[in-house]
Amino acid sequence: MLSFIIRRLLITIPLVLLASVLVFLLVANSGDPLADLKGRQPPVPPQVIEAREKLIGLDKPLPQRYWHWLTNFVQGDMGRTIRGVEVRPLLWQRMQITLRMVVLASIVAIVLAIGAGVLSAVKQYTVTDYTFTFAGFLFLSMPVFWLAALMKEYGAIRLNKLFGKQVVFTVGPESPNLAGSFGHRLADYAGHLLLPTIALALISFAAWSRYQRATMLDVLGADYIRLARAKGLSRSRVMVRHALRNALIPLVTVVAIDTGAIFGGAVITERVFAWQGMGALLVQGVETSDPNILLAWLMVTSVLVVLFNLIADVLYAVLDPRIRYG
Amino acid sequence: MADTEGQELRRTEHGVQVHEVAATTPEREFTIAARTQTQMILRRFLAHKLAVGSLVVFLIVVVASLIGGRFWRYSYADITPEFSSPPSLKHPMGTDSIGHDSMAQILRGAQKSVQVALMVAFLATTFGALIGALAGYYRSWTDAALMRFTDLVLTIPAIALLAVLAANVSETAGNWFFIGLVLALLQWTYIARVVRGQFLSLREKEFVEAARALGASDARIMFRHLLPNATGSIIVNATITVAVAILLETALSYIGLGIRPPDTSLGLLVSEGQQAATTRPWLFWFPGIFIVIIALTVNFIGDGLRDAFDPTQTRVRA
Repeated sequence: MLSFIIRRLLITIPLVLLASVLVFLLVANSGDPLADLKGRQPPVPPQVIEAREKLIGLDKPLPQRYWHWLTNFVQGDMGRTIRGVEVRPLLWQRMQITLRMVVLASIVAIVLAIGAGVLSAVKQYTVTDYTFTFAGFLFLSMPVFWLAALMKEYGAIRLNKLFGKQVVFTVGPESPNLAGSFGHRLADYAGHLLLPTIALALISFAAWSRYQRATMLDVLGADYIRLARAKGLSRSRVMVRHALRNALIPLVTVVAIDTGAIFGGAVITERVFAWQGMGALLVQGVETSDPNILLAWLMVTSVLVVLFNLIADVLYAVLDPRIRYG
Repeated sequence: MADTEGQELRRTEHGVQVHEVAATTPEREFTIAARTQTQMILRRFLAHKLAVGSLVVFLIVVVASLIGGRFWRYSYADITPEFSSPPSLKHPMGTDSIGHDSMAQILRGAQKSVQVALMVAFLATTFGALIGALAGYYRSWTDAALMRFTDLVLTIPAIALLAVLAANVSETAGNWFFIGLVLALLQWTYIARVVRGQFLSLREKEFVEAARALGASDARIMFRHLLPNATGSIIVNATITVAVAILLETALSYIGLGIRPPDTSLGLLVSEGQQAATTRPWLFWFPGIFIVIIALTVNFIGDGLRDAFDPTQTRVRA
């Protein structure tokens, strides 16, 4: 087991390194980070621009710049933005905001997908199955920004009217100048989280529930389920202890592989609800062609994706002893 | 004549008497029309009502979006005196605050979205199938190298890479062709994995060995013997790629990094309509519904095709 994990890690390291080269080349060629400075009216003196170029390291050849960036990056120094703000605390702060939504939405989506998928499979070709199947297809086909906007523009007002006061918020991850008791703050966070989380969860749940249904059907058709029933176990016991436990394994991989997609979905959802998270940071980085923001963003997310895939592989091997550690 | 004789001879050699009887007495009482593989698949697909209905709707939307703009009385750039007017006979989908006819804009937006999606499906499928075929057929280090390459592409979240790439070339930014190209560069990985899996198992089959014994080249085995057997999953995945590409393109345009004004896309229209969602809801609803219709019908078609190609297959898109 341990050697399997180590071997996987060893494959991962060159992969991440290669990704870093690719990302660096990409970012190095994407626009002029000093375009804003050069285009200012009245013009900024050329000495200032030259000095700034030297500061960012634009005057050095590409391989040297890459090495400089890489050695700093692995030590945890992500450099500064063009405006001179340190990138690491900035990224960390934005990441926390986005992760709130991502983690919660993933949990909700997994629970929903398992529930819907298993029910669909157990009650195959009934109204329940068709309803969940249609819901799955519908959310699979719905752009996340549209669903999120739908909830923001129509759902929030209805909900608030229903409660008679503002419970659900549609702008930002929390109220400005939030203070008060713990309970009060928690309610505020929840009110801000509710709609974005539901939107993101529904979109992510769609594909997973279809997958869960298919695996559950596979398992239900297996011989050992028939055996379990034949030896006299109750239907519910067979469903939960024999079928469900085995049908949950493949979903682990699928969820892990989709980490990148959920992150992408969160970036869009954030935009709809005006959260200043990773999405806003990415757009800011792209619009100002800020190399350090983009590099840090892309590297951190790709390391996260690789990490989750690794965890999925390991979990899969742990959960299903038939897997060969190949 | 000599040819048929040769065949007869071969048949008797193998002792397949039944065939000879059938061949010599063609007028039997009960004849069964032999169906080709394609006919069977087509029949199974046509039996899938939801998929057929979806195909009809999808084709209507595609044709309307690709050429409909020319026949509609307004162009997407036209500015009419009626601004912010709700849907009426004159403007079936209303107008925006400047006076653009929404239907003309949606047709134009759908055109761009459909163009991008079809292009992505074509390019990604071709490239993905090629990479997958090479990896699955040659195995060993070719496989390892190509699959690590696909892993590499998969490590970076698509939306981020797209954002950076789309902003990269400023003069082409917002051009649908460029966006399609970039999307295709990311979307081939899934098809490559599927085709690789298929080739890995197909290459062990007896008919491959037979072809090799007959002296067929690697290229011939790959493209004449193996690829046709993988057609089903390739077509199904190409269909799904269309849906994925539409959703990605519209998302990208929504955050302002995809297709840009003066041109328009369904994602851009939703983002413009969203500000007016409560006061002029038609601006928000119609483009969104269009996206859902396109993606939904494509997904249903994909589902029907999957059943048609392999009725026993239960695997779904992850």
